[in-house]
Amino acid sequence: MVEMNKLVWKIGGEAGYGIMSTGAMFARACLRGNLHVFDYTEYPSLIRGGHNNYAVRVEEKEVHSQIKTVNILAALNKETIDLHLDQLVFHGAVLYDQDDFPIDLSKLRKDVSYLHIPLLKMVRDYKAERIMRNNILLGASFALVSYDFAIVESVIKDFFRGKGDEVVQQNIGLAKAGYNYIIDNYKSVVDSFPCKLRKIVDDQKTLAHGKRILVTGNEACSLGALAAGCKFVSIYPMTPISGILSFMERYEKQFSIVVKQPEDEIAGINMVIGAWHAGTRALVATSGGGFCLMVEGIGLAAMTETPLVVINGMRGGPSTGMPTWTEQGDLQFILHAGHGDFPKIVLAPGDVNDAFSAMIEAFNLAEKYQLVVVVLTDKHLNESHKSTEQFDLSAVKIERGKWLSDADLLTITEQNKQYKRFAFAQDGVSPRVIPGQKNGIFMATSDEHDEFGVFDEEAPNRIKMMQKRFQKLESAKKDIPMPTLVGSKNAAVTIISFGSTKGAIIEAMQLLKQQKIDVNFLQLKYLMPFPSEAVAAVLKNAKKVITVECNYTAQLASLIQEHTGLTVDHHFLKYDGRPVYPEEIQDYISSILHFVKKRNVKLKNFKNLKKIKNTVEIGKNKKIKNNKKNKKARN
Amino acid sequence: MEQNETIHLQPVNKFVLKDLATPTKINWCPGCGDFGILMGLKNAVVELKKEQHEIFLISGIGCSSKTPYWVKLYGYNGLHGRALPFATGLKLANHALTVIVVGGDGDGYSEGGNHFMHACRRNIDMTYIVFNNQVYGLTTGQASPTSEKGFKTKATPDPVIEEPVNPVALAIAAGATYVARAYAGDVQHLKRIIIDAVAHKGFAFIDVLQPCVTFNHHNTFDFYKQRLYKLEDEQFDFTDKAKAFVRAQEWGEKIPIGLFFKVERDTYESQVPALQKEVLLKQSLDMRKQVGDVMREFS
Repeated sequence: MVEMNKLVWKIGGEAGYGIMSTGAMFARACLRGNLHVFDYTEYPSLIRGGHNNYAVRVEEKEVHSQIKTVNILAALNKETIDLHLDQLVFHGAVLYDQDDFPIDLSKLRKDVSYLHIPLLKMVRDYKAERIMRNNILLGASFALVSYDFAIVESVIKDFFRGKGDEVVQQNIGLAKAGYNYIIDNYKSVVDSFPCKLRKIVDDQKTLAHGKRILVTGNEACSLGALAAGCKFVSIYPMTPISGILSFMERYEKQFSIVVKQPEDEIAGINMVIGAWHAGTRALVATSGGGFCLMVEGIGLAAMTETPLVVINGMRGGPSTGMPTWTEQGDLQFILHAGHGDFPKIVLAPGDVNDAFSAMIEAFNLAEKYQLVVVVLTDKHLNESHKSTEQFDLSAVKIERGKWLSDADLLTITEQNKQYKRFAFAQDGVSPRVIPGQKNGIFMATSDEHDEFGVFDEEAPNRIKMMQKRFQKLESAKKDIPMPTLVGSKNAAVTIISFGSTKGAIIEAMQLLKQQKIDVNFLQLKYLMPFPSEAVAAVLKNAKKVITVECNYTAQLASLIQEHTGLTVDHHFLKYDGRPVYPEEIQDYISSILHFVKKRNVKLKNFKNLKKIKNTVEIGKNKKIKNNKKNKKARN
Repeated sequence: MEQNETIHLQPVNKFVLKDLATPTKINWCPGCGDFGILMGLKNAVVELKKEQHEIFLISGIGCSSKTPYWVKLYGYNGLHGRALPFATGLKLANHALTVIVVGGDGDGYSEGGNHFMHACRRNIDMTYIVFNNQVYGLTTGQASPTSEKGFKTKATPDPVIEEPVNPVALAIAAGATYVARAYAGDVQHLKRIIIDAVAHKGFAFIDVLQPCVTFNHHNTFDFYKQRLYKLEDEQFDFTDKAKAFVRAQEWGEKIPIGLFFKVERDTYESQVPALQKEVLLKQSLDMRKQVGDVMREFS
C-alpha cells in the first residue's frame, strides 16, 4: 500500500555537517509543494562533533508535532543508524555511504532498504567539499518518494542565493546527482517504496510562494514583535532565543530598528527599560539563566511602571542545564520572579500562530497597563518549524494606552500645577509623557514614591501605591481572553497544558479518537492573571483531568490548585529534554483509563475522589507511579 | 580648555538656577562633598544652551544617586549599578535628549563595573559623573572599590587588603573618549569640566573626588587641599593617550585634576543605520508592510 503525502524524513550526522540547513531545505521543499510540515531538531551544545539530527514530518493536512516513527533515515555517519534505526517503520529506508562508514547489514533489521550512495566519491567527482554530501542526500531522498525535483531546485537556489551563482549551481548539481543516482540504481526500490510525496496544485491560492509560510517560534515571535511596533531590541545571545537576535539583526535596516547586543542580560533588560521609558516599544529575550540575571530589572520596571516585554525561552535547567533541549521548568520561577509584591502578566503561546498573536497582545497590554509582560516559550516552540497560513496583519492593532499631549501639559502648567506621573487613577493607570516634552518634567524611581515620583515611605502613600499598581492588573483582565475548552464537553479525559505541548496534545486527541477515546483540551495561554473561574468550571465538569507538562514537579498542576483549590487527577510529566510525543500521551491516557477501570470496581465513588493522583514520568522507565511517590517528587 | 572658557563666558541661559529647584528636602549629611558637586552640576546645566526639558538625569543607588531628586530635570533613580545601561537604551530611543548619568564609586565601579567598561568603549554621547568618596555612605561606611589599601572604617575595621580601582586609568584603557577628574571642593572648575564634557560628542567620564565627612576620615577636604593640582595649569597635552595613562597613575603627594584625555571618535548612535534620519522615538510603529514583505520570504 502506498501512503501518499505522509512521511517522516530524518537526517543525522555530526554537528558541523550542515544537518540544520539540509533539514531546513527539505522542509521548505515540502512546503512549496503545498504540503504541511512540522520539524524537530536535536543537537548538543557544541559547534563540532556530537550528534545532530533533524526530523521533518510532512502531510497533506495540518501537522502539529513530531511523531516517533521515521520513514526515511538519511545517515551521514554510522551513529545515526545506531541511534535511529529502531524508529524506522516497517519497510523504511536508510540512505548512507558504505564507502564512508561500512556497516554490516547482516546484523541489522531485514525489513529495511539500505540504499548505499557513494557520497564521498560523488563530492570528489564534483570537486565539491565534504559538507556538500548533504545535498546529494537531499536529492536522493526526494527521488525515493518521487517528488518533483524542480521544487527542490527552487529551494536550493533561494537558500544559496547570497553565495553567488557558482555555489548555487554546484549545490543544485549535487542534489540532482543524488536524485539521479537513486532513479538509476534503485528503480525497483523507488517503485515499491511505500511513501510518495506529490505537490498539490488544486488551487491557485496554494501555489508555491503563495499564502503558506514555514516559521519557527523564534521567527513568529520576531514577526509578531515587529508587527506590534517594536523599535528597539536588546538581546544577549542564548539558546534557544538566539534566533530572535539573528532575525532582528538580519532585518534591522529593512525595519529601521535598533538592535543592540548588550554586555550581559542585566544590561539588556535595563537598556530595554530605558527605551520604553523614553517612549518607544522595545523587546528583550533570554532563557532561564539569563532571566535569573534580569530579575531585578523586572522589579524596576514594575516599580517605575515602565512597560516591558520579555521573552523567556525555556530550556533544561537548573544552571547551564541542558542548553539545547526543551523543558517547561521555569513556569513557577517566572510567575514569582522579583522580590516584593507586584503584578505582571505571563503569556504562554503554544504554537507559531499563538506566538505571533501573543507578541501583539504582550506589547499592547504592557503599554496600556504599564506592566511587565513575560512571554513564556520553550526550545521546542522556539526552534521547531511549523507550516501555517501567513499571519493576519489586518487584525494587528497597536494600542498605546494613556498619554498626555503638549497641550495637556500646558494646561496643567497654566493651572500652576505639576504633572503627576504616578497620579492615582481609578483604573490604576496614570497617563505617561515622553521625556523631552515641555512642561512634563517628572521623576521616576525604584524607591516607593508619591504621585510625582519622589521617594515617599509614609504608610498611607505606600498602601495607595500598592493598590494602584495591583489595580492595573485588575483593569487589564478585561482585555485578557478566557481559555476555551476544545473538544466535546463530556469527554472521558480533559487535558490542561501550557506552551509547546499543545501540538502533541492535538495530535494525541486525533489518535485517541481512532481508539474511540474522547478527550478534550484546555490550553492556558494566560498564566498570570490566572483564569481561575474558567479553569475551575472545567475541572468541576471534567471526568478526569490530566496536565501535560515538561517539568518534574507538575508546576501547572500546582498553579491550578493554588488558584482553584482543586486538584488535578493525573500528571504526565517529562523532563528528559525531549518534547512530548503524541504517542506518549496516547499511551498514557489509554493506560490511566485502563487503570481507573480496574480501580472503579473497588471505589464506587471514584469520580469524586479527585485526590487520587497518578503521575507518569517519562524517562523513569515509564512507570505509573502511585500517589505516595508523586508527593515525594513534588516535595 | 580654551574652548570651555568661551562657553563659560558667553552663556545663553534658557533657564536659571532657581528653575532647577525642587521642593524635596536634601538629605545629605551637613558638609558633604556632594553639595559641591550638586552646585557644580546645576551651574553647568543652566549654561548648556539646552532647554530644561531636553536634559535627562539618571542615577543608580547610593547617596550621590539621590541627586536627580534635587535638580528639576527629567530624572530616573534606577537600580544600583545599572544607570548606564538604562541611559544607553534611553539615549538610543531618543538621541535628541542630553543624557547625564550620576552615581557613586560603589555604584559605578563595583556593582556596575561591567557596564562602565562597555559604556566607555561604546562611546554613546552622554556624560557620566561619578561622585567618588572612596567609601560606602548609604550602607554606613564599608570600604568601596576606590578605598585605598589599608583604609579602615567603623564598619570594616580590618584594613583593606585590595588595591583600589583607578577609575581614570580604567576609563582610558576601556576606550572612553573624554576622561577627566574633578574635585567637589572646587565648584567652578567642576562646572567648567561638566560643560566641556557634555559638549563632547561621545562618552565623557568625570571622576569627582568627594570627601565624605561622616565615614571617610582619610580622604578629607584637607587631604585634597594639600595634594590637588590642575593639569591645565601645566598645559597638559590631553590628546596623548599614553601620557594620560601615565599621569593617571599619580596618586600620593600630588594628585592631578582636570582633563586627562580627549579624542574625537564616531559616536555609537552616529553609526546605527536606523538613527541617521530621525530619532527612533519619532519613527512610525506601524511596520506591517515590512512584516508582510518579510513574511513572504518564509514561503
